Amino acid sequence: MAKMTMVQALNLALRQEMEKDDSVIVLGEDVGLDGGVFRVTDGLIDQFGDQRVLDTPLAESAIVGMSIGMAAYGLKPVCEIQFSGFSYQNFHQIENHAARLRWRSRGRYHVPMVLRTPYGGGVRALEHHSESREAYWAHTPGLKMVIPSGPRNARALLVSAIRDPDPVIFYESKALYRAFREDVPDAEETLPIGQPQVVAEGEDVTLISYGAMMRPTLEAAAELKSKDGIAAEVIDLLTVSPLDEEILVRSAKKTGRVVVVHEAPRSFGAGAEVVSRLMEKAFYYLEAPIERVTGFDIIIPLFIREKAYLPGTERICRAARKVLAAP
Amino acid sequence: MPRKKITIPDELEYLSILDDRGRLDEKLEPDIPDEVLLRLHRTMLLGRKFDERLLNLQRQGRVGTFPPIKGQEAAQLGTIAHLRPSDWMVPAFRETAAEIWRGRSLESIIIYNNGYNEGVDIPDNQNDMPISVPVGSQIIHAVGLGWAAQYRKKDDVAMTFFGDGATSQGDFHEGLNFAAVFQVPVIFVCQNNHWAISLPLSKQTRSKTLAQKALAYGMPGIQVDGNDILAVYAAAREAVERARGGGGPTLIECVTYRLMMHTTADDPKRYRTDEEVEQWSKRDPLIRFEKYLLDKGLLSESQRNQVESEVLDEIQAAVDRAEKQMEALGDPMEMFDHAYADIPPYLKEQKAYLARELSLNDEEGRHG
Repeated sequence: MAKMTMVQALNLALRQEMEKDDSVIVLGEDVGLDGGVFRVTDGLIDQFGDQRVLDTPLAESAIVGMSIGMAAYGLKPVCEIQFSGFSYQNFHQIENHAARLRWRSRGRYHVPMVLRTPYGGGVRALEHHSESREAYWAHTPGLKMVIPSGPRNARALLVSAIRDPDPVIFYESKALYRAFREDVPDAEETLPIGQPQVVAEGEDVTLISYGAMMRPTLEAAAELKSKDGIAAEVIDLLTVSPLDEEILVRSAKKTGRVVVVHEAPRSFGAGAEVVSRLMEKAFYYLEAPIERVTGFDIIIPLFIREKAYLPGTERICRAARKVLAAP
Repeated sequence: MPRKKITIPDELEYLSILDDRGRLDEKLEPDIPDEVLLRLHRTMLLGRKFDERLLNLQRQGRVGTFPPIKGQEAAQLGTIAHLRPSDWMVPAFRETAAEIWRGRSLESIIIYNNGYNEGVDIPDNQNDMPISVPVGSQIIHAVGLGWAAQYRKKDDVAMTFFGDGATSQGDFHEGLNFAAVFQVPVIFVCQNNHWAISLPLSKQTRSKTLAQKALAYGMPGIQVDGNDILAVYAAAREAVERARGGGGPTLIECVTYRLMMHTTADDPKRYRTDEEVEQWSKRDPLIRFEKYLLDKGLLSESQRNQVESEVLDEIQAAVDRAEKQMEALGDPMEMFDHAYADIPPYLKEQKAYLARELSLNDEEGRHG
C-alpha cells in the first residue's frame, strides 16, 4: 500500500498489466521517451522497450486505427490520445470500426482496446483542452465509457478496461491527475465496469456524479451535513456506459430526492439519461423534480472564466436544498 | 545560400505485360504455374458472371443495393492470389472477386446483399476482415494487423484494398505514413478505377500518378496496368515477398476502370460518356487474359465454354441455396447479437421489450 496520485496509480495499472500479459501494448504521441505529457506512461519504455511502448507519428486517426488492427489480431492495445479535444480526429475510427467490428464480423473479431485520454476543465489549459464530451462515446452502441474519480478506482478500472473484451473509452480528469493521493494497494485490484458505487450513505437526498465532479459533490455532501444536518447519499457512476441503473433506482426510491452533477454541457448529457431512467423506474417514489447541476450549453470558456462554468460545491448544495424544500 | 536541387533517389515504374489486345511481352512473362493460371481464370469468369447475375437479381428486386466489380477482376485476383490463409485481407467494399478467391461463398454474398447480417461469412481459419464502407478507413487497420504479426514473429502480411477516391482521405496518408515509419508487412492495393461515384480522377488529385505518393512516405510504389493480370500478379508477388521478408510496405496502383455504376443506386450516364466506357471495354481484363491463355495453349475455346457453363451452374446453385436459406432468416431478434461480449442489463430489457411488441403485433394482426 502506497500513497499515490492518479497519475502514479494509472502508471501502476499499466506496468502491472504489461508485466502480466505481453499482448498489452501502449501507443500514442510522446508516450515513450517523454512518458506522456502528463507522465502516465513514465518509465514504461525503459522497462518494456520500444516494441511494447510505441511513440507514434502525430495522427490520432492512425493511432486508433492501428490499435483496432492490433486488437483484431488479438493484442490488447492501450492507446493514449494526448487530449480528448483531439480525439474527434479519430472519432470515425471509434464509431465506424472499434464499436462495431464485433457486430460486423458476427463475433469473429472483437476489439479489446482501451483509448485513454485526459478530459475536463479546471487546470487553466488552452482551448480544446478542457471539454467533457463523454456523451458522444456513451451514445455509440458497442463502446464502454469509463471515468474514474480518484487514484484507487482509476487503477482498478484501468486494469478492468485493459482486460475487457470490448473497446473502452477511458476518460482521465486532468484536474484529478495530481489533486490528491490515496492508498493504492500494490496487489492487483479490479473494479467491475458498468457498476456505480455508493460512496456515502444517506437518507435525505441522492447526489449522483462521476469523474472530477465527485470532489465538489462530496464536498457538498459534507457541507449539507455540517450546515443543514442533511444526510446525502452520494453515488459515483464510474461507468457512464453501459449505465446500470439498479443502484441509482434503489437510492432514488429511498431518498425520493435526486441531484445529478456533471461538468459536460447540460442538454443530452449523461445526466439526462440518468433522469430518464429514474423517471421510468422510480417516478412514484420521487418527492421533487430531479435537479441537474451541469456545465452550460456553450463552448467551455477559456480558463479565466472556467470556474464560473464548472459546477461547484455551492451550486450543488443549493440544488440539493431546492429538491429538499419541495413539499 | 544558393538554391540547389535535392535529388530524390527513388524511381517509379509502370508495368504492363499483356497489351490491350492480350498480346504477351515475352521478356516480362511471369512464371506462374498452369494450375494457378487456370484457377485465376476460373475465378475471374466466376466473379464476372456472378456480378452480372447479382445485377440481374437486383433489378428484379431479389438483391439490395450492391457495388458491381466488372472490369476490376484482374486487379483483385492478381494481388490476392499471393496471400496464404493466415495472411490478412483487409477489403473496402468492391472486392467481390478477391473475396471469392479467399473462399467466401456466393450465397453468403447474396444473403448479405439482401440485408441479412448472417451473410457475413468469414471462412474459418482464414484471416479476412469484413468489408468496410467508410472510404479509406480500413487502410490503417492493415497497419495494426501487420504490426501485430511482426510483433508475434509471424511472417504473415496484410493486404488492404481501396480506390482512387480513398487516396484523398486523411486515413490514406496516416496509414501509409505509419506503415513506412514502423516498416510493417503491408501491401496497399489501390484500384484506381478512375471514378469515385461521379468524380473523375482528375478532380481527385493533381498527382501524375497515385503510385508516386509512396515515394513521399519512403516506401516503394509501382503503377501497373490493372487490367493486365500478369502485370498485377508480378508486381504483387514482389511486394508480398518484400513484406514477408521484412522489407516493409509497398503501394501498388492498379490502373483499371469501373465499367459499371458505383452501386446499383447510381446512374453513371449523369457524369461520364458512353465513349469513355466503350474505350475501356476494349481493355477488358477477362478478354485479355483469355487471349493469353488461348495463345499459350492452356485453354481451348471449348474448354473455356465448359468453364463458363460450370460457373453458371455454380451461380444458379448458390442463388437457389441463398433463397432457401433466407426463408429461415426472418427473426429480427438477431439484431441484438454481437453487441458486446456480455449483454448489459438495459439491453436485455430492450430486447425483451421488442420481442413482446413483435408478438403483440402478430396477435393483433391475427385478430385483425
